[in-house]
Amino acid sequence: MLVRDEEMTFMRNRQATNLVFELSQPGRRAAAYPACDVPARPLSELLPSNQLASQSPDLPELTEPDVIRHFTNLSTLNMSVDTHFYPLGSCTMKYNPKRHERLASLPGLVDLHPYQTEDAQQGMLAILFELQQMLGEIAGLPAVSLQPAAGAHGEMTALLTAAAYFHDRGERRTKVLFPQSAHGTNPASAAIAGFDCVQLKGQADGFVDLEELKAHLDDKTAVFMITNPNTLGLFERDIAKIAHLLHDVGGLVYIDGANMNAILGITRPGDFGGDMMHYNVHKTFTGPHGSGGPGAGPIAVRDFLADYLPGPIVTRTQLEGATRYQLTTPPKSIGRVRSHFGNVGILLRGYLYLRTLGAAGLKAVSEQAVLNANYLRVKLEDVLPVPHGERCMHEFVASAQKSKSEKGITALDIAKRLLDYGYYAPTVYFPLVVPEALMVEPTETESQQTLDDFADTIRTILNESPEFLHSAPHATPVSRPDEVKAGRQLVLRWKRHCARNGK
Amino acid sequence: MPPLTSNSAPPIIIDRTAEHIFFDIKTLSRKSSKRESEFVVAYLFNTPESQADMLRTVGVSSVEELFDQVPRELRLDRPLQLPPPLSEIELESHLRDIARQNVGASGQVSFLGGGIYDHFIPAAVDAIAGRSEFYTSYTPYQAEASQGSLQTFFEYQTLICQLTGMDVSNASLYEGATAMVEAVLMAMRVTGRRGKVIVLGSVHPEYRETLTTYLRHFDTEIVTVPTPHGTADPGDVARLIDDRTAAVIVQHPNFFGCLESPREIFAAAKQRGALSISVFDPISLGILERPADHGADIAVAEGQSLGIPLQYGGPYLGIFACRQEYLRQMPGRLIGETVDREGRRCFVLTLGTREQHIRRDKATSNICTNQGLLAVRATVYLSLLGPRGLREVAELCCRKAHYAAEQLTANTGLKLAFDRPFFKEFVLRCPDDAAEFAHRVRSAGDIGPGLSRFPTLADELGASAKNLLLVAVTESRTKSQIDCLAKTIRSECSSATKK
Repeated sequence: MLVRDEEMTFMRNRQATNLVFELSQPGRRAAAYPACDVPARPLSELLPSNQLASQSPDLPELTEPDVIRHFTNLSTLNMSVDTHFYPLGSCTMKYNPKRHERLASLPGLVDLHPYQTEDAQQGMLAILFELQQMLGEIAGLPAVSLQPAAGAHGEMTALLTAAAYFHDRGERRTKVLFPQSAHGTNPASAAIAGFDCVQLKGQADGFVDLEELKAHLDDKTAVFMITNPNTLGLFERDIAKIAHLLHDVGGLVYIDGANMNAILGITRPGDFGGDMMHYNVHKTFTGPHGSGGPGAGPIAVRDFLADYLPGPIVTRTQLEGATRYQLTTPPKSIGRVRSHFGNVGILLRGYLYLRTLGAAGLKAVSEQAVLNANYLRVKLEDVLPVPHGERCMHEFVASAQKSKSEKGITALDIAKRLLDYGYYAPTVYFPLVVPEALMVEPTETESQQTLDDFADTIRTILNESPEFLHSAPHATPVSRPDEVKAGRQLVLRWKRHCARNGK
Repeated sequence: MPPLTSNSAPPIIIDRTAEHIFFDIKTLSRKSSKRESEFVVAYLFNTPESQADMLRTVGVSSVEELFDQVPRELRLDRPLQLPPPLSEIELESHLRDIARQNVGASGQVSFLGGGIYDHFIPAAVDAIAGRSEFYTSYTPYQAEASQGSLQTFFEYQTLICQLTGMDVSNASLYEGATAMVEAVLMAMRVTGRRGKVIVLGSVHPEYRETLTTYLRHFDTEIVTVPTPHGTADPGDVARLIDDRTAAVIVQHPNFFGCLESPREIFAAAKQRGALSISVFDPISLGILERPADHGADIAVAEGQSLGIPLQYGGPYLGIFACRQEYLRQMPGRLIGETVDREGRRCFVLTLGTREQHIRRDKATSNICTNQGLLAVRATVYLSLLGPRGLREVAELCCRKAHYAAEQLTANTGLKLAFDRPFFKEFVLRCPDDAAEFAHRVRSAGDIGPGLSRFPTLADELGASAKNLLLVAVTESRTKSQIDCLAKTIRSECSSATKK
């Protein structure tokens, strides 16, 4: 199904192919502001003239329809959860309920200034307090900070919290350990928090090697960071033993909560030995992913770490029958990790999701997510074998090694060709322990029919000509961008002279 | 229902008539109600028949069996203690009840500032940010299916460069404080110095606190330059810069709204080989010189002013731009232009070799998920305003703020705390405790007078900080609102004198 050139331009008209700067026409404007209703004194009377800009800022000039048409056209060049099945492993691209968008935009929530007086933010504080409690319960770790802006920020915050705890106890622990299959953010966060990083190789089957772990544990060990279920989509079978080993040497266990969608109400990080964890509210609790953010990365920790959490957190007091919420800073707090309370817009959506589902609904989410993943795994395993594990949790990592050696069809070929068929691609080439990896996470919000169609499509692709696949995608607005050129001849912004040389 | 414009302290009575509204884990009933099972299907797409068929295909007899790999002794043997589920109708009524207990900017004329402002957001910004192709997609890993986001971020990077005069911008960081901290960490990498960081006392207190948190485990000395008169003396700052100093941080206009002397301070930093970090207000660049004109090496900002709602603290936008020569030490994602196999211009994530997914513990930052949708908002906002719009907004803010300063100090007993030029925000010295004063003013009219909490500024300004009131005036405020505030303050002050 080769698409002809003239059809390929269908999605891209001038409003989208041109940059906003190239659409600019001198004298156009979209926004008109009211006339100044106070005495319009010359700026030079108000501000030192040597601080004033000599000219207006160099920005494009457009009308409102120009702007709307341009960005609306651009938006159509994206695949998204609302338009396509988006099985991007490790990212939990589930459906984002529309009610969240409406309710998070209510006056009193969306227009609430962070420095409004405490009296005038009691409703917001009540929501955030309740969210802290719910996240503590789901984690099995009672103390929660909602401040971190995303998962990586949560990791770093928890590690700083752990560091403060050790410091307070007079312990000098310098090492953070993590398996080879860890997300890149784990070591990066540990480094920012001032720890030395130790990477474990793990066993051939993708699990942590207990003997290897033991060999690295000593009184310098601060934290072991582990994603559970791990990045292969498998529940770390020895997690309780791992936690014991860590606790025996006085260390702590950090659970990267990226894969929480598999275990909601089934098991809890606090119950399987975790001392700290972060949530990705934008993944598990369906904050929309926003083209790459915002997220929210709240952390939950054991009670003995609570005093060190960043402030502010929300506390509640009952006074003469009246409930009152306030912002407080824990007594030995590490301090703020950002300005203001947190990514409240996303936290609110997480709150709304939890209030919609309740306990049984939440458990059903994980059950269906795991069923969907296993169903798809079984539908594909004869053509895309899954090297690790008999059964998966909420996602699985298949390998295109067989199709590569037999036909020369790589994971990248499959990923790119899927776009032609209207599917976003799975995560490819991660984790590294699986050759030609395709990490597939269908989520619970997909139907059996969608999964069947997806599996059929993969089969169709594997029967297509390898040469044709190497140049896929064919039906997308662009195909196989030259990333090497992008990295070598860096163009990171538009410049005026480029426009004249351009088409 | 209480009126939105309630001017006294809003009631803090929580409606407990509806049992489902607020829950307490300790008191929550453990029975799983019949109600719950009705809601299990809220966002699940498979019927029980289809589920049974899927289980057969997988080769298990129950959903339970799917979880065999989770050791039995680690399983939760009870339902989670969560409040019961709500239908959409119930949820909406619950949220509306809660929202009414807050007083937002639409419910009270607000002069609150302190880095987050009630600037007007054109409807077109919401329209584009509300496109679900933007808000339900993720990091553009597959460039072919993400050109919409990629091109928008490329345009964002360009707009930030145009605005600041800097050479390169990344595709966003979390918010203002972490953007400033990332700038300091980058300055340490660039200079190879970790001994000292100099920050003016007039920099946003929460930004300084965040910096302290991040540098806890370094031996870095954070030197805070006192600014008791509202701004720093460039000579005082220059004397502190030595060859151990990695960076000098100036917020301009500063937390008090006053204009600093960044040019002089940055020149001194350059002489000593320290990097200059400018914390700027994007709106101010409609009329003020740009960070690049001041000689900044790194320019960071809170981008909330650029079309992003107040929403109680976030999500906001961390703006980060720097000089070309530091490009490879930059944190965060970068979008680059290239061509595809047909030679068509297109955009991709680039220079990933700086980032955590490749460099792991050697990465320039741990950031992964950033603030994409907020960068979309800023891009649309700046495209709508253009050069004249941004200038008009800045002029309106500046003129109205000066008018307000004049009115609020005329026969009111209030005085400007600092005798310094300011942009859209200024500090008043109240006759007594500012929080109490503000409370009395609020009680007397539908008007929120400004920010009276200076939690961490007491160290800088001494005990007198508690009498200070920070007032921000945006283009959204009208002369009559300002006059009304002045009148309310005047009558409050005169009645206080009579007492």
